[in-house]
Amino acid sequence: MTTLSLPLVPSPLLESDAVLDVVVQAGDGFLGRVPAGGSFRIVDLHGNQAADTLFYDAADVTHRYSAVDTIREQGSVYLTAGSTLLSQQLEPLVTVTADTCGRHDTLGGACAQESNVVRYGMHTRHQHACRETFLRYGAAAGIGARELAPNVNFFMNVPLTPDGGLSFADGLSAPGRYVEVRAERDVLVLISNCPQLNNPCNGWDPTPVRLLGWWA
Amino acid sequence: MIPAHDVPAGAHWSLALRAGRVLRLTALDDGAVCSTLLFAHRDPVDRLNVPDTLKAQMSARITPPMVLMSDRGAALASVTGSSLDWHDCLTGHSLDRHLDRHAAVSGPSSYATDRNDWRRSARAGLLSELRKHGRGPADLHACVNLFAKVAIGPDGGLTFVPDHAHAGDWVTLRAEQDLLLVLSTAPHPLDPAWAPGAVRAEVEAGAPYGPDDPSVTFRPESARALANAAAVLA
Ligand SMILES: [Zn+2]
Repeated sequence: MTTLSLPLVPSPLLESDAVLDVVVQAGDGFLGRVPAGGSFRIVDLHGNQAADTLFYDAADVTHRYSAVDTIREQGSVYLTAGSTLLSQQLEPLVTVTADTCGRHDTLGGACAQESNVVRYGMHTRHQHACRETFLRYGAAAGIGARELAPNVNFFMNVPLTPDGGLSFADGLSAPGRYVEVRAERDVLVLISNCPQLNNPCNGWDPTPVRLLGWWA
Repeated sequence: MIPAHDVPAGAHWSLALRAGRVLRLTALDDGAVCSTLLFAHRDPVDRLNVPDTLKAQMSARITPPMVLMSDRGAALASVTGSSLDWHDCLTGHSLDRHLDRHAAVSGPSSYATDRNDWRRSARAGLLSELRKHGRGPADLHACVNLFAKVAIGPDGGLTFVPDHAHAGDWVTLRAEQDLLLVLSTAPHPLDPAWAPGAVRAEVEAGAPYGPDDPSVTFRPESARALANAAAVLA
């Protein structure tokens, strides 16, 4: 149960006007370019599905999203409508312009085969994981292990507490909820639609997400 | 083994630390901060992974006896002790833009005007140090701000705690594999004042530890990361 009162900001953009409309299956990924000024929406089709996402300056993949710089400069650990996602050089990459979920994590990172071993044991070493997807889809843009960094977990709920606690909680999302960003420069969006089966971040049942884009 | 080395306030430094040895860092001034990057010394890409470190140990701060974990799920270092119960790892290091507020108060700073007291950001210092090791901007990662605390509000708000560390506060890091540490003593990016502090670094021999070690027994996740570190070179 949640008693949170979160700002919900719907988008005026119409699905019928979108120039990008794809479904990313559970455990699959996406790499795409959003031109400056374009809008990009991720729809949680079935609810409680973590969409692990990284943003890069399309002109330079070493100029990447920085979770710690973003939350420090906005003074809050959660991402929500109005959050501007910054690069490691404090340049705006995208701004969250619409959000019908309410808030999103950027401190939980992505699952990896290696971190699954730490968290759940060696029997999970060969389960599919987000880091695999990031590296597979990122390769086409020159994104390798060095270019990966703490990501955004859209639709994921990782509450932090004043005593310094952190946990993975049931999602705040629900079927059809979405988040939308506006590109502040030409950006690459790298997504892993999380295949994690060992915790509630995907409601124990990974499901597809839909991606929509609006630009000229 | 090195003799004690004092890293001046607002400076940068790096150290290769052999597996098993213990690095003791001591604040020499009130308000000292040590923005620290950790790398697996023999690995071209493996480095500290703050989210994995936090979620595996259910913590939003660094405190003893937590284990600092890498992208490969291996322990880099164990925080074997500290006089402080909170070291920030959520808010990154300072950039040149954070120096603007000090320039507004004290005027611009350069080597020409201030000699070795010129104000430099942690990013500038960390990059300078990384380049000496053949590394560069892509190797920058979410750091640990040793000695710093940024409080978390019930709504997720972040507030810099200005009076957290004092001269004499300390932390010890036990290397769980051969490490490269790169650090800066520039002020925390949320600190409104330019009041950097110096930090003393001492390397201690360390001692073998067993299954009753506090970092091993802290959580099963900590123990598995330590086991992974022991298996880095099979
Ligand atoms: Zn995942």
